[in-house]
Amino acid sequence: MPGQWMKSFACWPAMHKEESKVMKNNLFALVKKESLHILRDKRTMLIVILIPVVLIVLFGFAISTEVNNVNVAVVAPDRTNGVNDAVNRIAHNDYFTFCGYINQDQIDQQLRSGKVSAVIVFAPDFDRRLEQIYAGLPSTPIIQLIVDASDVNSAGAATAYMQEILLGTASQQAMFETRMLFNPQMKSAYNFVPGIMGLIFILVCAMMTSVSIVREKEVGTMEVLLVSPMRPTKVFFAKMIPYFVISCVVLIIILLLSYYLLHVPMSGGVWGIFSMSLLYVLLSLSLGLLVSIVVKTQVAALLLSGMVMMLPMLLLSGMLFPIENFPKFFEVLSNVVPARWYIEGIRKMMIQGSPFVAVWKEFAILLGMTVIFFGVSLIKFNDKLE
Amino acid sequence: MNVIEVNNLSKSYGKVKALDSISFSVKRSELFGLIGPDGAGKTTLFRLLTTLINPDEGSAAVDGLDIIKDYRKIRSRVGYMPGRFSLYPDLTVEENLTFFAAIFGVKVKDSYDLVAPIYKQIEPFRKRQAHNLSGGMKQKLALSCALIHHPSVLFLDEPTTGIDAVSRSELWDMLKNLKEKGITILVSTPYMDEAFLCDRIALCNEGRILGIDTPQGIIKQFDSRLFEIRADNMFALLEAARQAEGVVECYPFGQAHHLVADDNFNMHSFKEQLGTLSNLTITPTEPTIEDVFINLMKQ
Amino acid sequence: MSETVISVRNLTKRFGDFTAVNNISFDVYQGEIFGFLGANGAGKTTAMRMLCGLSYPTSGSGTVAGFNVMREGEMIKRHIGYMSQRFSLYNTLTVGENIKLFAGIYGLSKQVTAKRSDELLARLKFSSERNTLVKALPLGWKQKLAFAIAGIHRPEIIFLDEPTGGVDPVTRRQFWEMIYEAAEGGTTIFVTTHYMDEAEYCSRVSIMVDGEVRALDTPTRLKQQFNAGSMDEVFRMLARDAQRGE
Repeated sequence: MPGQWMKSFACWPAMHKEESKVMKNNLFALVKKESLHILRDKRTMLIVILIPVVLIVLFGFAISTEVNNVNVAVVAPDRTNGVNDAVNRIAHNDYFTFCGYINQDQIDQQLRSGKVSAVIVFAPDFDRRLEQIYAGLPSTPIIQLIVDASDVNSAGAATAYMQEILLGTASQQAMFETRMLFNPQMKSAYNFVPGIMGLIFILVCAMMTSVSIVREKEVGTMEVLLVSPMRPTKVFFAKMIPYFVISCVVLIIILLLSYYLLHVPMSGGVWGIFSMSLLYVLLSLSLGLLVSIVVKTQVAALLLSGMVMMLPMLLLSGMLFPIENFPKFFEVLSNVVPARWYIEGIRKMMIQGSPFVAVWKEFAILLGMTVIFFGVSLIKFNDKLE
Repeated sequence: MNVIEVNNLSKSYGKVKALDSISFSVKRSELFGLIGPDGAGKTTLFRLLTTLINPDEGSAAVDGLDIIKDYRKIRSRVGYMPGRFSLYPDLTVEENLTFFAAIFGVKVKDSYDLVAPIYKQIEPFRKRQAHNLSGGMKQKLALSCALIHHPSVLFLDEPTTGIDAVSRSELWDMLKNLKEKGITILVSTPYMDEAFLCDRIALCNEGRILGIDTPQGIIKQFDSRLFEIRADNMFALLEAARQAEGVVECYPFGQAHHLVADDNFNMHSFKEQLGTLSNLTITPTEPTIEDVFINLMKQ
Repeated sequence: MSETVISVRNLTKRFGDFTAVNNISFDVYQGEIFGFLGANGAGKTTAMRMLCGLSYPTSGSGTVAGFNVMREGEMIKRHIGYMSQRFSLYNTLTVGENIKLFAGIYGLSKQVTAKRSDELLARLKFSSERNTLVKALPLGWKQKLAFAIAGIHRPEIIFLDEPTGGVDPVTRRQFWEMIYEAAEGGTTIFVTTHYMDEAEYCSRVSIMVDGEVRALDTPTRLKQQFNAGSMDEVFRMLARDAQRGE
């Protein structure tokens, strides 16, 4: 019904002059009413505020692949200076707990019982062979790492980290050098924060706005609103405002938690992160609007925004699985998932410390998507019931 | 002058003809009733006249304005109460009223004279959320909200469904008062006994109008003889009466059965034919709207 | 008079400080069509729930279909049928599937179910509609089918909650004829409604106001007693002074 829509907008300017004051008043009334709905529904409000907190804490600490409190035992036939030096490095590191020296034949039992997750075995005459390596002479391996790999992610992370610490022993002379950039401790919370933000805003904005608009269709108040002289597009703008405000509050909570609790560096600048997030909020609101125009019942709105929007965003945005590992088809598909670009942009600014200008591409894509979604909802929008 | 003018209006949903070429008109300050069961097309007609949907064929005007061309203008002149009381259940009585005033761009006190007689009855509960109101009070609030912008035409879709008899009679009193203040009212109801509370009525069924007239005029359309019959065993009476001579039809009607008779019917021979039934009585009776409706439906 | 199928004495239901149903006593006889009326919030629904075995009274005594209302809710539920305007049949099931479903709920055997569903469809002249989705039936047909299904397990009492709201007058009469026929066959019909013209069809009518039964008699005698032309007037005289809303 684009024709319809054009027609209804054609009389804008005339109306605008004489009724601008009234318009302002009724926009205020709408926003007030919308806020009352939200404030009276305390349970939903609580969930909206609690979910980001819980997710951040959960992803940040519990479900992490992060190296933390790894119990390490050491087998060293000769406790030479070199060995002591290496063991000290491990023992003094926050992420490893040194559990003492054991014998060769205890390794299996210690690992099986779960008392330790990793064992470092130093070769006999470690110091001498280290010298040989320093001198550039060929040598068989002098350190063996035996790691409990039942949790593959942690094992991998722990191994990588231990190698780095132990390589320090071999200093600059080592054959190659691995350095973990931006996230040297491989803290997974860093990676999850942008993902959680991408998820939360879709939840708050798209899901809640669409449900609240569709509720009016179900209760029948939409009919009365449509039969009023007020432009119904305004009803939608008014619906967006309170959710926009809530999103800002949630954004601040997430940023504060990330900074103070998870020590995410945010070296790219808070304002860039803010602008990008606000754009993403607008995009989610437009998506919610689009959903509410298409469906008739609250259940359908929940299903559409829940299943059709959340699932691809969880799976294809790079939040859980790295996009580089996708099969080609899904990699291409991931390009249309807004969260992908948002998460990428936020990751760059939060973790890599890139300035705002470095994420112009992600920002432009999100801006384009917002314009498209919003435009489509305006065209699809119809001030009649059919 | 006709405030509502409907010409050959049709509307289909898929294969179902919700409205099939309907025409009627409503004069200023008239209380016009659309009477018919579910599926008669009453709600579709309301949605067309309140410009919520467009017709497939035909035309209609409200307050001199075309429902397709001038739909925006119509919207500021009409008050509409859809079938379900469309209030915000989580807002208080007062908040609902203020909100609806605001979206129509008016202040509550500007049209208070019109709303006051109704709103005063629920004002003691103004801080109560709408979902805690009784059916009758919800309806009064919904009516207040529909009147807040001083509409010239009021559309009420089944306002008496689901509320008790006392609230219903209160509502009809309120409508009568509004009519006297010059407001044109189009109201629908599935209950035939409410027909006499309207100035004129249209009997509708399955998207068509069966008859339009004053309630008295409608009754006059019933041109057969009608009797009321009773006996101890009402069910046996029904079966027996249908077999008797000169009986066009016989159907339950509250405490008695109504019997529609043709010219061959004779009360004495009827009694003789049904002699086995104890305490049989038969008396001539006046038709009701419902009798006319049944009669028109069968034609 | 024939035997009583519902007999209650001093039935009371309190929710905290609020007495929803206050000391009601009445008898309903076999084969009667008993109208149970009341204003919004008069306690009608609460009373009906107790009679259907859905909730237990706070105090009082009585039997429904021979079972104690204070203790035997589950047994009562098995011996009554229930039909309401709001919920009666599953729209997404066919006519035949709905019959089978409700027969199954009441534990009828396969043979009995098959026999009764054939009978039921034949009586309603619905045999050709067995495989039609209920959704596709006109409202009036649905109501008739719902009533027939409410009696599939041959209950002693069928409770009807506003059975004919919104139905056209012709279908409505067919519906009442079915009710008369059932009553004639010895089933007791218990009808609650807001609509007084529906009350006119009942053999006896009780009117509840503020949690109490204020009147109980045949519609004719009630009209005489209150010197009123219709049940609507009788009801308004009684309910006008009601103290409470919903």
